[in-house]
Amino acid sequence: MKISRRQMLILLPAAAVAWESVMAGTPEDAPNYKMTGHWWGMLIDIPKCIGCGNCVRACQTENDVPDGYFRTWVERYHRSDWPMSESGDVTPNPLIAPEVISPDGGKEGFPAATDESGKYFFVPKMCNHCAESPCTQVCPVGATFISPDGVVLVDQTYCLGCAYCVQACPYGCRYVHPEKKVADKCTLCYHRITKGLTTACCEACPTGARQLVDLKNPNDPIHAFLKTHSVQVLKPQMATGAKLFYNDLDGSVR
Amino acid sequence: MNGVEGYMYPNEITLYWSVLIVLYPYITGLVAGAFILASLERVFRVEAVKPTYRLALLTALAFLLVAPLPLVLHLGHPFRSPEMYFTPHSTSAMAMFGYVYLWYLMAVLVLEIWLDYRRDIVLLSQSSKGLLRFVYKVMTLGSSNISPRSLAIDDRVGWIVTLIGIPSAFLLHGYVGFIFGSVKANPWWSSPLMPVVFIFSAMVSGIAGVMLLYMAISKLRKQVIDMRCVDSIAMYLFYIFIIDFSLEMLDLVHRIYEANESFNSLNFMVHTQLYFSQIVLQIGLGTITPLALLFLTQVVKLPEIARKYMYVLSGSLALIGVLAMRWNVVIGGQLFSKSFLGYTTYKMSLVTREGLLVAIFLTLLPLVFLWVLIKLLPPWPEKSAHAAAD
Repeated sequence: MKISRRQMLILLPAAAVAWESVMAGTPEDAPNYKMTGHWWGMLIDIPKCIGCGNCVRACQTENDVPDGYFRTWVERYHRSDWPMSESGDVTPNPLIAPEVISPDGGKEGFPAATDESGKYFFVPKMCNHCAESPCTQVCPVGATFISPDGVVLVDQTYCLGCAYCVQACPYGCRYVHPEKKVADKCTLCYHRITKGLTTACCEACPTGARQLVDLKNPNDPIHAFLKTHSVQVLKPQMATGAKLFYNDLDGSVR
Repeated sequence: MNGVEGYMYPNEITLYWSVLIVLYPYITGLVAGAFILASLERVFRVEAVKPTYRLALLTALAFLLVAPLPLVLHLGHPFRSPEMYFTPHSTSAMAMFGYVYLWYLMAVLVLEIWLDYRRDIVLLSQSSKGLLRFVYKVMTLGSSNISPRSLAIDDRVGWIVTLIGIPSAFLLHGYVGFIFGSVKANPWWSSPLMPVVFIFSAMVSGIAGVMLLYMAISKLRKQVIDMRCVDSIAMYLFYIFIIDFSLEMLDLVHRIYEANESFNSLNFMVHTQLYFSQIVLQIGLGTITPLALLFLTQVVKLPEIARKYMYVLSGSLALIGVLAMRWNVVIGGQLFSKSFLGYTTYKMSLVTREGLLVAIFLTLLPLVFLWVLIKLLPPWPEKSAHAAAD
């Protein structure tokens, strides 16, 4: 086959344009990382969380999270004592009606507790990286997916921005990025964990309340932890296969 | 915080599905309802509603052409929407939309209208002049055979298309209900009744819409309103309304009686933020009132003029009621926190891409389309007879 100069001039730019598409499907280089060798999750040790907001700030800085939106946030629960007024009124049940705050996602910490009674505790929240995730199920084009190593990710070059996944997440972990107009969420710092680092939130936590766990790694301390502690996931009735394990989770948390 | 009461997860404060997503099920509902009214005549041979047969088909087409617009406009990246056709995600209810829509538009509605109008189109292509002649020529798709045998085949095929069309109309709108009904994270939506309620409310709105259009257009054309036809439509509207209302009440009673973990939160919402749109507009004005009016027309022998007024009033109220129902489903489903601890507010913008003005424009656009369609394909028997005579 002969290719004339004229044909070459047409073919070369076309090939250059096509090459970009070919490269777009190639994963970023991480030579020692094997996707099938991991199954990521996170352990959240509630008694250890002091509500400092370091994780929220670290996440925002690391992932360029827009103000007013959160890939992770911290809630402060106040479960009051059981009401026993003189009239004998025993409602509201504090387990059903806890008082929850999360000013600016807990980014700058929390105001001092005012009520002496009851129990205060902090609950860090983020994407649960569900194994049966309802958000990836509903995506009309499959732009959001579960990676082979168990992380729920969004292909933002592909997402239509229909927000169906935002509606489908029972935990309120997704939002539509106000500038990019696509679904955005916690990536479990995929760019870090695939290079052997931990997530920004775990890295910044001063008390070790957040621990990245690899469930496929037999030496991960999570296995021993799960044997000896009472661990729960959020909204187990949703059957999402959540992989965010909470130690000592109070029944009022939702 | 701004417009927030109690505790919302911080990402829940903004509503992502706006008034445009309210319009989308409303418009597709009108399509499905109008089509089902048309099929009454075609498949079930209800002769009385014949004067509205073609009008119902054209109405369905006019609204169907607009149906995807609110969806596409609300997307963050509207130009990526063709991906839904090219790379549909098999587990997504929404991914089905494109296919159901195309199937319904091309395989059912356009085909049925073409078959029904083929004779008229051929005659018009011979009688009209200039550009219009060319348009009609194109619309004949090269087939100018209008022999009795050929028309008999058209009729037969048209009947089969309508037969396929009925389940397709149910599918088109039932699937819209499924989009909401299948979201387990949202207790306000998650219900297997949702698709069924959507279908019946769609039939209510479509039938009421065509009835009103028929009366209004007859008035505009200074033609006598065929009361036998309107009476029959009103009767069907009444019966379908009863089924729709029963289903909606079943859903409500079930929720109240079961009173599961979400109940307190939803109950509070219905009594505060949704009070006007749900209790007053949807149930009171939009359902019970038109039902009572229609009931009266069924049991009391009223003079023609009184019946006309009652049909217009009940039809309009039904349309408002169904729109309110869509609003309560779509917007209501995003006002409460999935933590069941708080509520947010929907602030409708005015001039943005998802604002009120666009919504009003999109509501009126189908009427413009309908006007063009009626001009192009007159649904009136006298017009086509006139054309035949030419």
